[in-house]
Amino acid sequence: MGVEGSEGRVLSIREVGEEIVHLIVSTETTPKPGQFYMLRAWQEAPLLGRPISVFDYNEGKVEFVFKVVGKGTEILAQLKVNDEIQLQGPYGNGFPAIEGKILLVGGGLGNAPLHATAKNLKAQGQAVDLRLGFAEQIFLEEEFVQAATDTQFVVGGLVTDGLDMTKYDAVFTCGPHPMMEAVVKMARDAGIPSYVSIEKRMACGVGACLVCTCKTKSGNKKTCKDGPVFEGEEVFYEDKHQIS
Amino acid sequence: MKTSIKFLDLELKNPIIAASGTFGFGEEYAEYYDIEKLGGISYKGLTLEPRDGNEGIRVWETPAGMMNSVGLENPGVDAFASEIWPRIQDRNLISVVNVGGSTLETYLEAIRRLEGCDYDILELNISCPNVKAGGMAFGTEAKSAELITKAVRANTRKRLMVKLSPNVGNIGEIAKACESGGADAISLINTVQAMAIDTKSRHIVFNNTYAGLSGPAIRPIALRMVHQTAKATKLPIVGMGGITNADEVIQFLMAGASAVQIGTAFFTNPDQIFQIPAELERWMEREGVKALEEIIGIV
Repeated sequence: MGVEGSEGRVLSIREVGEEIVHLIVSTETTPKPGQFYMLRAWQEAPLLGRPISVFDYNEGKVEFVFKVVGKGTEILAQLKVNDEIQLQGPYGNGFPAIEGKILLVGGGLGNAPLHATAKNLKAQGQAVDLRLGFAEQIFLEEEFVQAATDTQFVVGGLVTDGLDMTKYDAVFTCGPHPMMEAVVKMARDAGIPSYVSIEKRMACGVGACLVCTCKTKSGNKKTCKDGPVFEGEEVFYEDKHQIS
Repeated sequence: MKTSIKFLDLELKNPIIAASGTFGFGEEYAEYYDIEKLGGISYKGLTLEPRDGNEGIRVWETPAGMMNSVGLENPGVDAFASEIWPRIQDRNLISVVNVGGSTLETYLEAIRRLEGCDYDILELNISCPNVKAGGMAFGTEAKSAELITKAVRANTRKRLMVKLSPNVGNIGEIAKACESGGADAISLINTVQAMAIDTKSRHIVFNNTYAGLSGPAIRPIALRMVHQTAKATKLPIVGMGGITNADEVIQFLMAGASAVQIGTAFFTNPDQIFQIPAELERWMEREGVKALEEIIGIV
């Protein structure tokens, strides 16, 4: 059952770090980088699906990386190859198409959607640099290296330290909100556009329930439907942390 | 259609109505589903002025449920009437327009401004627990419920359905008060007032302190209150609260509801909701039920 094509099967599942899981699922859908799915592999409980962004997509196969943080992700982490999983989506807008040299700055699990984004930009012949922060341990190092023109990792420190944004035409970022706020400010100083991918608690995933509202310069937006990618200046402006 | 049901002078092709606040104006789900498989939609609750809704965390999962604290974020009645209604008015669905307010005057003015829209049922929301503008104050006392119903009745030619709160002592009294105020129908229950505390931060989760609990967790309470309401009044009832499948729809009809609303289950498994009409039809064939009216209030 499901929206046509919403049923998938687990093709591969493995732990790639402390409680960090890399999941590959069959799908008939085609996501864009920066989009997400509501994942569900249980009947009644938990009540809601789990919004997880796309790490990679190859014909008929979509990949996710997530951290086990609660009951839902725990069930997902215990799936076995060939188990059924429901994928509602792909939902959200994804990162925009922008010409030129792109810098992607990520932190923690926020690095995951940047992988798909970098790979896509590189495949289109664009120069793309990845700057990825990890608290303790890098996951999927080789995949991130392959995805971009140049990939650099920061473990335990601030990924924004020493970044020179004047070399780029735009910056995309996903990760902890203070990190994204810093990236937006640096982009503003360098005079380049920035795009941020926002994480919020969600329920419906399609823009109907209004629980994931994101305050922006131009009023309330739906993170799941109008986002999760917004112009940095729309969300973080006047040096004021606008996200609650 | 076999699953059709009479409600007031209307005919719903099936008793399933999307619950206000869970289905927007239908446009989002319409991108993925054939929403005309439903019997109707109760659109996102409107207020006289546009509202940005509540600050802070707006959703929190519970065992078999969720709490929300959206706070009636909505574009306001004028934007609805001029921009939204023209886009959605031609649907083959019963249209329910849900209106909230903070004072009697804001209710009446909102309803007057919607009078030009050719919708089917006005659902008077006197039961939103999340904001003062939700009017729960009107819905928890029989006297004030009657007063507001009477005032609204005098200001609209629409079919008037009053949506009741479960956060009351005697639901039958409130329903009777709405009946004497001139209501045509009753819908219930709105969410159950609830709370969550984050022990790590030692703070209340919601900026607004309390929130509204919905989902399967509240279904037995909703069923009981529909039953009590059906015993207390002759008005037709739209029952809701945690319904997820055809069997549960039938339970609400047996308790006395003429139709149901479904909300939270759209977040859990929307596919399942759109299959309920077909499931109901199979059940009717199996049980030899020719019309759903046969089972309303039979328990």
